[in-house]
Amino acid sequence: MTVKDAFLRVEGLAKRFPSSKGELTVFDKVDFGIAKGEFVCIIGHSGCGKTTILNVLAGLEQPTSGFVFMDGREVSGPGLERGVVFQGHALMPWMTVLANVSFAVRSRWPSWNRAKVDAQSRRFIELVGLSGAEHKKPSELSGGMKQRVGIARAFAIEPKMLLLDEPFGALDALTRGVIQDELLKICAETHQTVFMITHDVDEAILLADRILLMSNGPNARIAEVVRNTLPRDRTRLTIHHDPQFYKIRNHLVDFLVHRSKLIQQGGVDTAAGASGGPLEVSPGLEPDAPDPAPTVPAPRLHAVR
Amino acid sequence: MNSERSLSLRAAALSLLILVVLLGAWHLATAPSGTATASTADDEYAKLMGKAASSAAKTDGLPTLAQMADTTVKHLSAPFYDNGPNDKGIGIQLGHSLLRVGAGYLLAALVAIPVGFMIGMSPLLYRALNPFIQVLKPISPLAWMPIALYTIKDSSASGIFVIFICSIWPMLINTAFGVASVRRDWLNVARTLEVGPMRRAFEVILPAAAPTILTGMRISMGIAWLVIVAAEMLVGGTGVGYFVWNEWNNLSLTNVIFAIGLIGVVGMLLDMAFAGLQQYVTWKE
Repeated sequence: MTVKDAFLRVEGLAKRFPSSKGELTVFDKVDFGIAKGEFVCIIGHSGCGKTTILNVLAGLEQPTSGFVFMDGREVSGPGLERGVVFQGHALMPWMTVLANVSFAVRSRWPSWNRAKVDAQSRRFIELVGLSGAEHKKPSELSGGMKQRVGIARAFAIEPKMLLLDEPFGALDALTRGVIQDELLKICAETHQTVFMITHDVDEAILLADRILLMSNGPNARIAEVVRNTLPRDRTRLTIHHDPQFYKIRNHLVDFLVHRSKLIQQGGVDTAAGASGGPLEVSPGLEPDAPDPAPTVPAPRLHAVR
Repeated sequence: MNSERSLSLRAAALSLLILVVLLGAWHLATAPSGTATASTADDEYAKLMGKAASSAAKTDGLPTLAQMADTTVKHLSAPFYDNGPNDKGIGIQLGHSLLRVGAGYLLAALVAIPVGFMIGMSPLLYRALNPFIQVLKPISPLAWMPIALYTIKDSSASGIFVIFICSIWPMLINTAFGVASVRRDWLNVARTLEVGPMRRAFEVILPAAAPTILTGMRISMGIAWLVIVAAEMLVGGTGVGYFVWNEWNNLSLTNVIFAIGLIGVVGMLLDMAFAGLQQYVTWKE
């Protein structure tokens, strides 16, 4: 797939801030595309501007330069065709679960009557496994349940694209696994196009079709695009039995531990791909790929905001 | 739960004890000094008050507990009589005060909440209006009284104006603060859902800021009730404040003390009503 005919097209995106030492470039020359129905994760260290990129896609923030096109139209502000799952769930604490979801549904279809809004909201609350909790307030829910409501709210408006800002960052490992499975299931059912920020290498390999690797900020850019060569019916329980899993995982960990910094310092040039975007690689399937190093536990990168 | 209940019980017992001690002190301080001989006028007064002529009653200075109880019963048993401008039942006086407070307070809320909303949403307005608010806020509401009397030319309406001007500031400031500090995330949710300005104001900002706004309204009501007594003493005519001043001129400390107690109880009830309302709109994360 080339950037030109992608469903979502990001061209020459850059964000700069004035600072005491002149202008600070958070990231620049960010180009990538996402095909319809594709699940794309973006990984990078804190401060590389991932959240800014997502906010630009959501229309909540303006880039210093560059463009975002979705479905052939330029994205210039927030809109209902893009659903956003916020990092801190962002539920309205005075509304029940049902009210939170139907708030979104009513915004999407203002002409719908109450029964129709109710039915649509309940359908998506059921989809995330929260039936029975419709009339609870967010304060009565666990962290995982709150995040599920956030996901239900984003899905319920049936957006053309879903933007997830590190949605599982605050959850414990067990809850995270369960919700990852659910997200995978829902995305498979609805053929949703998804762009997601994560700090978790395993999560990216489980969920994403392609993984965008960002070099460190400032002056961050998308250094590489890793194609996930695992079959799409992968599951969390069996994925680690596939030798290919470790090849991809080692590639990602190597990038985060060594190369992301070298690229920032200009030690390694990022080779441009055929379409003008960043180089696309398929770890383990390429002829000159080195044997995978012995597997080490992946460091989990923690977001520092 | 059980320990919670036992705590309330013990607190109630202690409150009762403090009350008994205070009433006891009052009784000892005002007890008649045996040597005083009851005059015939005192006897008649005592009969009027429905007491046995033998009991020593005193009519000057601070009342005894028994006199106080009699006065209280007398006022509460006929709260709404009207015998002309200087002799109205306490219920009528209280009604006048509450009406003035209600009218002034309502007007203040009608101005303060929408204006506070605008100030909270617009940093420009906030900065532009802030100097005015800061200067006007510390002015004693009674200082406005001459201006009010001169321009409005009606003492009752001037009382309402004074209530208006004193209750507007806490509501205005709290509304602006509550609206300005609505969580960015919630506004972003509304933006991504393309929620219109009216829905955003009433379904996101208002409920998010409601606890802060209610706090301002509660403070305003407390101040309004403090100020009405002073304002009515000044303008006269009707109201509990006027009642207190009138009874002082009649040298009836019993009635003054009764009115003081009543002002306290009504103030507490008003505050409790707002506390309940506050509880109702408060959300927890």
